[in-house]
Amino acid sequence: MKTVEEIKAAIEAAVPGAEVEFVANPGPAAQHSLRLVPHSAVAVAMFLRDDPEFALDFLSNVTGVDWPDKEIAEKVKVTREVTKTVDGEERTVQETVEETRKRTEPGCLEAVYHLYSIAKKHGPLVIRMKTANRSDQTELPSLTPVWRAAEFQEREVFDLYGIVFNGHPDLRRILMWDGFKDHPMRKDYVEPDDFEYEPTAHDEVLKRALEHRAAVAAPGLGTRD
Amino acid sequence: MAVDQELKIELGKQGIFVATIEELYNWGRRSSVWPMQFGLACCAIEMIATTMARYDMARFGAEVFRPSPRQADLMIVSGTVTKKMAPQVVRLYNQMAEPRYVIAMGACAISGGPFKQGYNVLKGIDRYIPVDVHIPGCPPRPEALLQAFMTLQKKIDEQHLTGEGRPRFLDSNAQGEFPVPVQAEHDLEPTSNQGVWPVQIQGLGTRD
Repeated sequence: MKTVEEIKAAIEAAVPGAEVEFVANPGPAAQHSLRLVPHSAVAVAMFLRDDPEFALDFLSNVTGVDWPDKEIAEKVKVTREVTKTVDGEERTVQETVEETRKRTEPGCLEAVYHLYSIAKKHGPLVIRMKTANRSDQTELPSLTPVWRAAEFQEREVFDLYGIVFNGHPDLRRILMWDGFKDHPMRKDYVEPDDFEYEPTAHDEVLKRALEHRAAVAAPGLGTRD
Repeated sequence: MAVDQELKIELGKQGIFVATIEELYNWGRRSSVWPMQFGLACCAIEMIATTMARYDMARFGAEVFRPSPRQADLMIVSGTVTKKMAPQVVRLYNQMAEPRYVIAMGACAISGGPFKQGYNVLKGIDRYIPVDVHIPGCPPRPEALLQAFMTLQKKIDEQHLTGEGRPRFLDSNAQGEFPVPVQAEHDLEPTSNQGVWPVQIQGLGTRD
């Protein structure tokens, strides 16, 4: 199979309007991936599946990634006009001060697809799609119309991460029950408080068990939400 | 009040068999405990192996695994109980007719096992239903399941039919139906059944 850069070039040549981004993998495996854009993802997927040279007809895995929001503290030089008393006189002077500004870079959710070719016996090609952010814009196009194997796996990604796949024939929870409200594989998921009996607790579990005992001893002193 | 063993043997030599009703009754019950077909995960494979030729559980009376809870005496909870499955386990237990027994097979059924901190794992089925025998192991060997079965048989043998310690089915005040947990928004409600699982925690078992 061609290298990932060559595949990117082939996609951009064959699918008009496709935006494909090369994502390098810095690890020793060097399994680079291609990031697709939601509006052209299905067209690119169909090209990858139907093109006689690639023939990526086997979707082996769909998984999700949670990129949490990042708090970045930057040092910024700010020039301000300040009224100061200099030599007994009030003057307006320009002052340069270094400030530390904090901003939150919104994270996102990502769906990752691993594609193989049964016909040509090559692969894997890794494809990714990012959502706009983690809170309210978590929709992506479903690739189930292209590869049927995505049906259950996208349900799992929806269940555990909260990515809504548009165009999925039957999008509902698959591991958790239908009335469940959280998305367990997100980084900010907090397990419910069933830490009554932890005989060999240590680290995280010890912390939760102690909290549970404190809550039981003095109920009503603050909640976990 | 059992019959003195030596007297029994002496009379037996004369051709007279002496026993109490309780002995006969319990012998009949324990020699024919029919389990329910109830395998959840990997321990179910060991349970199946126990019923096959090499470790044959039918020798002990578990003649046939009944598919219906109405016809079964024993529920061997083998495998991880997920929170999604837990209400169904309790419902099936409620549908079994008394006298009924539960064996919690494997670490997952006892306490959640290696997956205890999982988001969907119930930390032990004894939170909701009363368990008679626990078998540690991951998975326990077929011999361990056979020993658990024999332990259960001994337990049935020792159940007195009258008095304080009589089994549930002979006590009209005992709880017969166990409340089924509801799948709420973040967890099962309630997280445990207080009548069944009162845990007195002495310490957390840590080095502190």
